[in-house]
Amino acid sequence: MELSSCDVLIVGGGGAGLRAAIAVVESHPRLQVGVISKVYPMRSHTVSAEGGAAAVIKSGDSLDAHAYDTISGGDWLCDQDAVEAFVKEAPEEMLRLEHWGCPWSREADGSVAVRKFGGMKAERTWFAADKTGFHMLHTLFQTSLKYEQIRRYDEYFVTRLLMDEGRCQGVVAIELATGRVLAIKAKAVVLCTGGCGKVFPFTTNANIKNGDGMALAYRAGAPLKDMEFVQYHPTGLPFTGILITEAARSEGGWLLNKDGYRYLQDYDLGKPEPKPVLRSMELGPRDRLSQAFVKEMEKGRTLKGPYGDYVHLDVRHLGEKLIDKKLPFVRELCVKYENIDPVKEMIPVRPVVHYMMGGVSTDIHGATPLPGLYAAGEAACVSINGANRLGSNSLPELLVFGARAGQAAAAFAAAQAEPGSAVIQEAQEELARLEERLRGRPNAGERLATLRAEMHKTMEESAGIYRSQATLEQAATRLRELQDRFERVTLDDRSHTFNTQLVAILELSYMLDIAETIVHAALHRQESRGSHQRSDHPARDDARFLKHSLALRGQDGVPRIEHRPVSVTRWPPGERVYGR
Amino acid sequence: MSATVTLEVARYRPEQESEPTFQSYEVPLRNDWVVLDALNYAKDNLDGTLSYRWSCRMGVCGSCGMMVNGEPKLTCAAFLTDYLPGPIRVEPLRFFPVVRDLVVDISDFMSKLKKVKPWIVRRQERALSEGEYRQTPDQLDAYKQYSMCINCLLCYSACPIIGLEPSFIGPAAIALARRYDQDNRDQGAGERLDILSGHDGIWQCTFVGECSEACPKSVDPAGAIQQYKLTGAFDWFRTLLPWGER
Repeated sequence: MELSSCDVLIVGGGGAGLRAAIAVVESHPRLQVGVISKVYPMRSHTVSAEGGAAAVIKSGDSLDAHAYDTISGGDWLCDQDAVEAFVKEAPEEMLRLEHWGCPWSREADGSVAVRKFGGMKAERTWFAADKTGFHMLHTLFQTSLKYEQIRRYDEYFVTRLLMDEGRCQGVVAIELATGRVLAIKAKAVVLCTGGCGKVFPFTTNANIKNGDGMALAYRAGAPLKDMEFVQYHPTGLPFTGILITEAARSEGGWLLNKDGYRYLQDYDLGKPEPKPVLRSMELGPRDRLSQAFVKEMEKGRTLKGPYGDYVHLDVRHLGEKLIDKKLPFVRELCVKYENIDPVKEMIPVRPVVHYMMGGVSTDIHGATPLPGLYAAGEAACVSINGANRLGSNSLPELLVFGARAGQAAAAFAAAQAEPGSAVIQEAQEELARLEERLRGRPNAGERLATLRAEMHKTMEESAGIYRSQATLEQAATRLRELQDRFERVTLDDRSHTFNTQLVAILELSYMLDIAETIVHAALHRQESRGSHQRSDHPARDDARFLKHSLALRGQDGVPRIEHRPVSVTRWPPGERVYGR
Repeated sequence: MSATVTLEVARYRPEQESEPTFQSYEVPLRNDWVVLDALNYAKDNLDGTLSYRWSCRMGVCGSCGMMVNGEPKLTCAAFLTDYLPGPIRVEPLRFFPVVRDLVVDISDFMSKLKKVKPWIVRRQERALSEGEYRQTPDQLDAYKQYSMCINCLLCYSACPIIGLEPSFIGPAAIALARRYDQDNRDQGAGERLDILSGHDGIWQCTFVGECSEACPKSVDPAGAIQQYKLTGAFDWFRTLLPWGER
């Protein structure tokens, strides 16, 4: 089989991956870096992030204030040493991006402008209108082009990590254009593959968000941390799941029930004021807003639509001028995809799966417990987000920890010998497995789309905003059945050239593994904290559960849940207070 | 019986066929469905062998550009109801080599993109300790629209010059060069003009303007090319003069 090699291989070409690649080159210019991704880098899902990126820069704000907002927003499940490193390095990383050309929105004097954001007590969210992720991604991608040491493998799908005696030494991947299977040896591998929203049916996540890197690490023996924490964003468009950014509320938008009433005032989120108030009402954290929606629905005060219940997001009072200046993408998305002009009409919204707080467990350098394997961005869980991420923390996270993981992986790689020959044997086995999947296995009748739809239904019904032991146990059983049926999935497309059905089948296999870790971690956590709400255990229970969940793959493929303590440095667990 | 519409989709599988063919799929007609939803329906329910690219389904990743009834479109933003009664013809983006079905080879564009040096070029890098570059809202507006390109390549399929001269560096890459040239943080205009004023650069363009028409993000590559033609040479000389530096 064909072989390639590099010193550090980055899996994923989104924000975290590109930042990591640049960090390798800048810290160790003699190392060769590979960036391998199933899509061209500028297609990566970072592109869809809208509202902004938090970093303390203005006078009157402080690193401690950003840390406290993040920790209380995360319902005290954040590792506080990681949060302290994060808030300290975020401003420098944002400035670096400014120097690389990111078109940040500006004040009249030419300094960087910041806006309010949910759960944040000060204005500290940098933004590029409401296409922040798009501009950050393109800036990083275009900047990466100037480094000759970065070699890209565009449109390659990674199927396996190559492990030798517990150490990660490369990957096996399929080149999509040709179907050629390639082994890439590397002294260190950094997983930057993003989240796994497509485990659920209704999500803001792009089609490519299948938890690939999480599943690769999990199968190689790495633990996935805090997988039960799935963030619902309160404002998605009902049919498409397209996100309407939190910035719509930070600029002054209101959430209204069917009676035109700002219902958040009934859920301990403060009193309605005409202007937006920090850490209050519509600027509360996402978990609390999404939960309030469900309660409002149970009271029969939401509206009924063809795609389920919804409420209204009203920005009409902001006026056309402000909407066009600060929220142009919101208007474009509503007009083009919902046939609604938010200048004149209210926007229908409902909570939508948006972000995975959990991921591959790493230390504050992005290192997993497996030597040579690193992770950063949404794929990782370094634990700055705890039980609920604050809006505008994920973009600076991918910069800070992308850079950290890149530097750490480079230092590790620089001290390592070439990967041994044992990995070639493993790569050959993987090639044989893929050929059997593509050519050898007869079609046994299970349809890909059916299995995927059943997984979606299981997850939405059992592991959504509110869960219980009964729903989760049922989901665990159903997912096992789906794993069995997956072995009989039909592959209609047997060609080597750009076989998207083969890729989709491999992705479904990843997602089934990830879904099981979510359900099992949720079963074990018998409390309610942040985005994880157990109707049978409605209170937070610090005595038993102020700890992280680690999902490890068992011999039979069923996840085994272990625990790890939370790092508490300066902020002992307290009550989450919003609007009072 | 509920309403349906027929898609006529270009198929090409190089392992089986030497020529592209068309295949028809009858899909449900729903008011809120776009062409991409119809393709996904076909792939999930009618024919798992159909290949195409897509990702964000919100018009920002740039993956799902195709020819729809002969015009380059983002299929995630092309409503079925705008093409009634059908059939709706879906083909790969024009002027690109076809890899398979609706998937085109964009590697040539990727190398053109790199050629224009789409990054901030500085004689002296600013230290992080010095803080941000100042850039007023007006200075931001000077290049902002050119920074909105999503690399969807609809403009290449719309450009008649690309059809005749594939080596032409093309609308999106030139717009991106303009994006950096007009950014007050950048000092690389002179380096970029080598590429832009060369054989495959701006002088190939006969200012048809189809690129700007096709752009789903209201970028104006034709305007960028026109500006280069009017001022490009002047800017080039200015960067050579010691008192002309920004």
